[in-house]
Amino acid sequence: MAAITISGVKKRYKKNDVIHGVDVEIEAGEFVVILGPSGCGKSTLLRMIAGLEEISEGTIAIDGTVVNQLEPRERGCAMVFQNYALYPHMTVSQNIGYALKVAGMPKAEREAKVLKVAKSVSLEPYLDRKPGELSGGQRQRVAMARAMVREPKVFLFDEPFSNLDAKLRVAMRAEVRNLHRSLGVTSVFVTHDQTEAMTLADRLIVMNSGIVEQVGKPSEVYHNPASLFVADFIGSPSMNLVRGFFAEDGYFRHGQGGMLSLPGLAKAHLSREVSIGVRPELVRRVDAGHKGAIAAVVDYTEELGASRLIYARADGSPIIAVDDGNDALGTGMPIHFAVSESDIHVFDHTTGRRIDHAGAAVRATDSVSA
Amino acid sequence: MIERSPFFDFVSYAAMILGLFLVLVPFWITFVAGSMSLPEVARVPISMLPSGHLFENIQTAWVRADLGPKMVNSLIVASGVTIGKITLAALSAFSIVFFNYRARMLCFWLIFITLMLPLEVRIVPTYSIAANALLPFQFLLDTLGITWLIETVSGIRVGLEWNLLNSYTGLILPLVATATGTFLYRQFFMTIPDELVEASKMDGSGPLRFFWDVLLPLSRTNMLALATIMFVSSWNQYLWPLLITTDRTNYGTVVMQLKALIPAQNGTPDWNVTMAGALIIMLPPLLVVALMQRWFVRGLISRDK
Repeated sequence: MAAITISGVKKRYKKNDVIHGVDVEIEAGEFVVILGPSGCGKSTLLRMIAGLEEISEGTIAIDGTVVNQLEPRERGCAMVFQNYALYPHMTVSQNIGYALKVAGMPKAEREAKVLKVAKSVSLEPYLDRKPGELSGGQRQRVAMARAMVREPKVFLFDEPFSNLDAKLRVAMRAEVRNLHRSLGVTSVFVTHDQTEAMTLADRLIVMNSGIVEQVGKPSEVYHNPASLFVADFIGSPSMNLVRGFFAEDGYFRHGQGGMLSLPGLAKAHLSREVSIGVRPELVRRVDAGHKGAIAAVVDYTEELGASRLIYARADGSPIIAVDDGNDALGTGMPIHFAVSESDIHVFDHTTGRRIDHAGAAVRATDSVSA
Repeated sequence: MIERSPFFDFVSYAAMILGLFLVLVPFWITFVAGSMSLPEVARVPISMLPSGHLFENIQTAWVRADLGPKMVNSLIVASGVTIGKITLAALSAFSIVFFNYRARMLCFWLIFITLMLPLEVRIVPTYSIAANALLPFQFLLDTLGITWLIETVSGIRVGLEWNLLNSYTGLILPLVATATGTFLYRQFFMTIPDELVEASKMDGSGPLRFFWDVLLPLSRTNMLALATIMFVSSWNQYLWPLLITTDRTNYGTVVMQLKALIPAQNGTPDWNVTMAGALIIMLPPLLVVALMQRWFVRGLISRDK
């Protein structure tokens, strides 16, 4: 087990900055998921921890030792790659045992270890096969066994499940979770799949175009997104975000003459250009006579089985709501919604950062509570 | 082939049979002529059916051209060139593909350009280097004035010399560089996914270990295919051995000896012996191709690279 300290890390290719200064503490034994859209620099950050990419600026320390100048093998990390990266000409047991062979471990000891690890991921029957004769899930397990056999201080996963089908992905997710629980090794997992991220992570690092947007527990990140990007990126369907400003009369003005009575928030954010957001599942359907009801017009609905999504439009601003009714809703029909003031997130429109309900800006690493 | 029609099948089979026929006829004529006695081979028109004198002809040819020791020479040279070519090609391609240094592309193009300079074109300079392999260094010392410096200081004249004429080194070394092989290896190495390189880095293996444990086993079929071509072509080398060996008795190769088997202008026209000799001489490359063919084909069709 080892803690990883990333401080002021930047990555530059020629003149292009890919990562603009990342500061993160990963605690020993923690399972951290780096989440972000493709091209946000999450894989680059992981590869810098592994030692496969040079660090342009800043330092990465594993267990208190700065590893910037260390070779990958000296860092005590093991990595699981996206395309498995198994040696095609070696059998499963040779693949798993290769690192030990390179390290010069005697054959008998090596074989015992390989067998033990293979058992733990139920690969014993396949030890003499070549990777080409295995299914995707089995290959993924070989890749994991290969990482485990070295008993590393840190596990690194680079989008390991992106080549698996949906069902296998869920199964492998559980397997990784169990593995972490039983071994307790510090793990860093990179993915663009938010379900994977939410279910696996002790803590999430949300990245966007080379900067860290938010660090926090999955529930924290979901319920209190620290920036507009996080609010929009996390959650499916994504959060309703409406641009506008608070006026002195206690109304939030948006779209084409839209007015929303939010007296509490208006006081704190007076005449500020903001975006407000609310999760679709917190948008309630109400009767037309309800106090403060938002009048909208239905665009279309999406049936999900247990519930459905209503896509509607209120004074020119789109709104999505989760609804469990089953009355017929046709395009153009009037509909009414209500939102609690406490469920609303406020973001500064120019910086994109969250503003708490007292009016102060929130930083990426702050632990936010509503 | 997606299209299937009896007519198309007929045409393609006919073309293939014709090709096979064209390839086999010269072999057949050599074999038939090699099995005849002197009067039979002199008869016009020549018979197309073999006769019974093959073994005596072979014996005559073997003795006349001293094929025993020459066969050994040829084997040494051809295997040496083949092994040298494969080693050099694999290592230089390894350097060009997997290491990131400034002059990488320059090196690649320099190697690649030598495709345009076959031995026949550069035979004079190559010969002068073979006559003294240290000539370039001597030239360097002379132009830099180091020779003069040493001579004035110590009175000793520096004269570097390493003569490769009449030696196996001389027969092998100048033929070892191969742009074709380097290019083939480069193309193969470029299909190796980066992740495999990174995985081996994570597993703690250095570059040479990666080369030995991963790249060589993966390129085995390519290597054998390349070896086949290289062996046949170096076995068939005629000009270079002829030029570099004056001591034919000790360093002659079998292909050079073919000349000794051709009847002299006013001598007995015993073409039967010549043909029997040719049969023996082409046997080793034929055997190599026959044995390697399985790998050769596998190298071309294999999926799991």
